[in-house]
Amino acid sequence: MKLSKKILTIVFTLVLAVALVGCGSQEKPKAAEEGKKDAATDKLKVAFIYVGPVGDGGYSYAHDLGRQYLVKEMPDIETTIVESVPEGADSERVLTELAEKGNKIIFATSFGYMDPVIKVAQKYPDVKFLHCSGYKTADNVGTYFGRMYQARYLSGIVAGKTTKTNTIGYVAAFPIPEVVRGINAFTQGVRSVNPNAKVNVVWTNTWYDPAAEKEAGKSLLETGADVVAQHQDTPGPQQAAEEKGKFGIGYNSDMSKMAPKAVLTSAVWNWGPYYVNTVKAIKEGTWKSDQYWGPISDNIVDLAPFGPMVPEDVKQLVETKKQELIEGKFDVFDGPVKDQTGKERVAAGQKMSDADMLSFDWFVEGVEGTIPK
Amino acid sequence: MTQEFLITILATAITAGTPILFAALGELLTERSGILNLGVEGMMLVGAVSGFIFAVKTNDPWLGVLAALVGGGLMALIHAFLTVTLQANQVVTGLALTLFGTGLSGFLGKPYIGVPIENAFKPVNLGILSDIPFIGPVFFQHDQLVYLSYIVVPVLWFLIYRTRLGLNLRAVGENPASADSLGVSVYKVRYFYVTLGGMLAGLGGAYLSLAYAPTWLENMTAGRGWIAVALVIFATWNPLRAMLGSYIFGGIDAFGFRAQAMGIAIPSFFLKMLPYIFTILVLIMVTRKAMANRVGSPGALGVPYDREER
Repeated sequence: MKLSKKILTIVFTLVLAVALVGCGSQEKPKAAEEGKKDAATDKLKVAFIYVGPVGDGGYSYAHDLGRQYLVKEMPDIETTIVESVPEGADSERVLTELAEKGNKIIFATSFGYMDPVIKVAQKYPDVKFLHCSGYKTADNVGTYFGRMYQARYLSGIVAGKTTKTNTIGYVAAFPIPEVVRGINAFTQGVRSVNPNAKVNVVWTNTWYDPAAEKEAGKSLLETGADVVAQHQDTPGPQQAAEEKGKFGIGYNSDMSKMAPKAVLTSAVWNWGPYYVNTVKAIKEGTWKSDQYWGPISDNIVDLAPFGPMVPEDVKQLVETKKQELIEGKFDVFDGPVKDQTGKERVAAGQKMSDADMLSFDWFVEGVEGTIPK
Repeated sequence: MTQEFLITILATAITAGTPILFAALGELLTERSGILNLGVEGMMLVGAVSGFIFAVKTNDPWLGVLAALVGGGLMALIHAFLTVTLQANQVVTGLALTLFGTGLSGFLGKPYIGVPIENAFKPVNLGILSDIPFIGPVFFQHDQLVYLSYIVVPVLWFLIYRTRLGLNLRAVGENPASADSLGVSVYKVRYFYVTLGGMLAGLGGAYLSLAYAPTWLENMTAGRGWIAVALVIFATWNPLRAMLGSYIFGGIDAFGFRAQAMGIAIPSFFLKMLPYIFTILVLIMVTRKAMANRVGSPGALGVPYDREER
């Protein structure tokens, strides 16, 4: 009696576990028969690991759109995805497994995979690793990211032209340089067309909590903001704007579907072309490890189509500015740039260096709020 | 701090706390029967997704609520089968169900990400009640599910402390062997309350996807199921205190964000930590038997019951 119960328990737990695996990975590669490694017929295997679920409607979703683009452009490759992989030790196991399964290219799409990538890459020198947003490289490890701040600047122009209260809300995840840079670039955009506007920042200390991030958006809209922008992995703040009848600027991917009446535009990642170019280069043997920080001229960052409420002249203005950014006529943090206290940080005629941008720890003039230390 | 500001904070605390409240009430009933359910997070997610799918398909949010109750209940039924009939380790089973529920809801919900929902629950005014100064805007300008929670809490309190059914429930959770010898079916009671608990967790999830957000995103509960588990201890297994606790847990975020938006410097990490400190204090308290009896900690919590082992 006792024994059979135990066996039943084990069987049941196994069934649950199997069902779980079945649900977790929907894009399983058709089990390429082991041992039959005929290079001519075997497809090139490319793997992606995501920090969130593809269904986040945000960051990981944008990466997966890039992957889908890659599959469409290069039908002769085979892709595998693993989603919701926690940063740290767990990712090392996943990376090893993917390399072990014969993937020749692995895209690790979140900052926290950095050290695991370097470690695993040493063990599999014939596998190429591409790590998103990090700074460590090796012979078979390159990094990639995009100058999202340029797209944010453009979205700031739209917000600055739209606001009536001259207060714009910004729901921000964590006080790290990437987020601070985004807030600053957005504010530069706002102030370029509306020097009286201010950008009010609320920190959520989450990347992924749709309800809390919506709440943060609401708190900004209730305290005077009429446009809310964000740096989160979910569309929560835009949905707050939709509910309150105000406006929002999306991030990561086009969020107009989730808040059609509110979203003016979204600053979006467009990873597809980069993935295609990289996979092609590796296939042809021309790839070399480097640190790629793609500008808007490479189309890796962009603005999503404008909402119907954005007037024609604003669209024109943004288009002009975008063209100027593409042609390199100016960049977002060209001097003079002042900080919150009015102190000049970048002198007139000077450009901010990449190193300074990558370590941003101060707000530009026009931002309301503090960076928690 | 103006009165308007205070009203917003309190009203938001209630809406933010309601999903946690439903889940906590469910966990409370489950634990009162002596079964620990760590699958709340998974049950909430299954409730959230099944509620959302049905509400979108049928265009009726109440059918969504029904689906959420069924979804959460089915998940809990698995838990009951494993822990009551098979006497499996409750911690392991609960954790497995959370993982399972996360995967299952993600899988089922894939086609529904970002799909707009027309008939979400919206605030409904209750006439005179909503017009009472201060009380009205804080308590009576919410959606129907919040009003439902106002009814469920006292009903459960009455059930647990003032009825024979509640006495049986507490007896089973406290000392199943004694309850059994008095003719109470331990298995039946545990099956019933574990399932009911899962249904309430499902309802909590549906509150997120049908009223609070209202949208479906994978993993959208973002840890609220775990907060509910902690909250039951915080509330010392009492529905009224669970209500208060949910609103405190829910209100802390609302307060923190608004304080930031108004330029008041608040150490948000410190605020978020407070309820957990209290939870730990209660946990320390209940390690002492005399204290445990006083606060109502179920004596047989987490211990499988086997009639043959008497």
